[in-house]
Amino acid sequence: MNEDANGAAILGVTGLSYGYGQGFALKDVNLTIGKGEFLVLLGPNGAGKTTLFSLITRLYDAHQGQVAVLGHDLHRQPGRALAAMGVVFQQPTLDLDLTVMQNLLYHAALHGMPNSVARQRVAEELGRLEMAERGGEKVRQLNGGHRRRVEIARALLHRPRVLLLDEPTVGLDVPTRQTIVEHVHRLAQDDGIAVFWATHLIDEIAESDSVMVLHQGTVRAAGSVDAVVAAAGGTTLLEAFSMLTKGPGA
Amino acid sequence: MTPIQYYRCLAGIVVREALRFLHQRERFVAALVRPLVWLLIFGAGFRNVLGVSIIPPYETYIVYEVYIVPGLMGMIQLFNGMQSSLSMVYDREMGSMRTLLVSPLPRWYLLVCKLLAGVAVSILQVYAFLGICLAFGVDLPLLGLVSILPLLIVSGLMLGGLGMLLSSWIRQLENFAGIMNFVIFPMFFLSSALYPLWRMRESSELLYWICAVNPFTHAVETLRHALYGQMNWPMAGFTVLALLAFVGGAIWAYDPTRGMLSRRAGPPGG
Repeated sequence: MNEDANGAAILGVTGLSYGYGQGFALKDVNLTIGKGEFLVLLGPNGAGKTTLFSLITRLYDAHQGQVAVLGHDLHRQPGRALAAMGVVFQQPTLDLDLTVMQNLLYHAALHGMPNSVARQRVAEELGRLEMAERGGEKVRQLNGGHRRRVEIARALLHRPRVLLLDEPTVGLDVPTRQTIVEHVHRLAQDDGIAVFWATHLIDEIAESDSVMVLHQGTVRAAGSVDAVVAAAGGTTLLEAFSMLTKGPGA
Repeated sequence: MTPIQYYRCLAGIVVREALRFLHQRERFVAALVRPLVWLLIFGAGFRNVLGVSIIPPYETYIVYEVYIVPGLMGMIQLFNGMQSSLSMVYDREMGSMRTLLVSPLPRWYLLVCKLLAGVAVSILQVYAFLGICLAFGVDLPLLGLVSILPLLIVSGLMLGGLGMLLSSWIRQLENFAGIMNFVIFPMFFLSSALYPLWRMRESSELLYWICAVNPFTHAVETLRHALYGQMNWPMAGFTVLALLAFVGGAIWAYDPTRGMLSRRAGPPGG
């Protein structure tokens, strides 16, 4: 298990289950992410990835199990847990009629940040994404790739220890996807941010990433790329993914 | 989290709501046209048909336009409250609600901030409307424009709370039309906004009682008295009770442990 200097995992999920109506959307999910670790949640559409994100971000509470961020239980200490979390949702969540700067300052206010600090961090984060000049533009004027970059910048404003991204490259062209994937990998390597990245696209995974394969609400395999390939008995990750997501969940 | 962080959060939400409002000029115009149509057309047409006897807080005979001004102030806040709830359903469908709900501040506080932001916008609309009333020569006490302010906050929170509670039950934007028909219109017409309750009693005892328990009636009567520098404690007290019930219900409905949000949202796709 990867742990930070205090001995606690940055993000820890234990025995998490959730159901809609009669069936289970998630069953007994366990995971830990440590400092600088890049964990890819790999699963086909409908696997339960967004449900898992919704539970980790407390949009709704788990029926069973526990989520902890830096050792803070999400149910008992939601404020401390959410303060350490940056989130990029699958759906775009920017206000199209406001400028990039207004959207980012709104997020900073939601975290109680002073305006001067917020403006400084907005400049830093937009600069890192080569968007420093675009703060005054309305989000509606930006293309999909730039909107995604703004959402990533927004998720980092309050200096989170863990960054969660739910299929952040959906609908983007290949070069834009590549830029975003590389940028987030750098955040993990250079800044030590723990990253939890959900996708169904295998080409977004780097050799050094950890992988968790989710299918029909259950974890089918988890570990390094090599470990997941070996667990499935395949020769490539693509083959392993195909084998692990065939048929009903375990 | 410190008090200053709570304040920054409130300020951020209010600024965002105000910016959104400024960008939607048609919303501002619509918010003013609606009561002005009632005042200038309906009021002119009915001033000779609907006589208003001397009832508190009025000390003399008044023209019909003067009578309906508090009701129209309430109407502005009622529509604004529902508009805010519509925007919450929209935000939830479009995903931007999630940004608000992952803030580390307590969820009840975020919802109250959202309500206060909506109330601030509704108060701007009410004062713009009152300015136009004065310009058209409607006889209103100027001091009353000051004394209504705290009660506009109370009535705005009550009606915004109702909108927020309803928004937690509406699964899709399309369902909102039903709310307009089944909430806004009955609330407005089954109240003392357009006619005194004694007139309604002359027509139907049942309708009178429905009007008498309608929280919108209490809000309108509270504002009517405040406009003349009077405090109608029973009416204001009932409005506060309704406020607590609606806001409490909305906070309950948006509590993640209740799962209301998840049931409304259904299973996600990913």
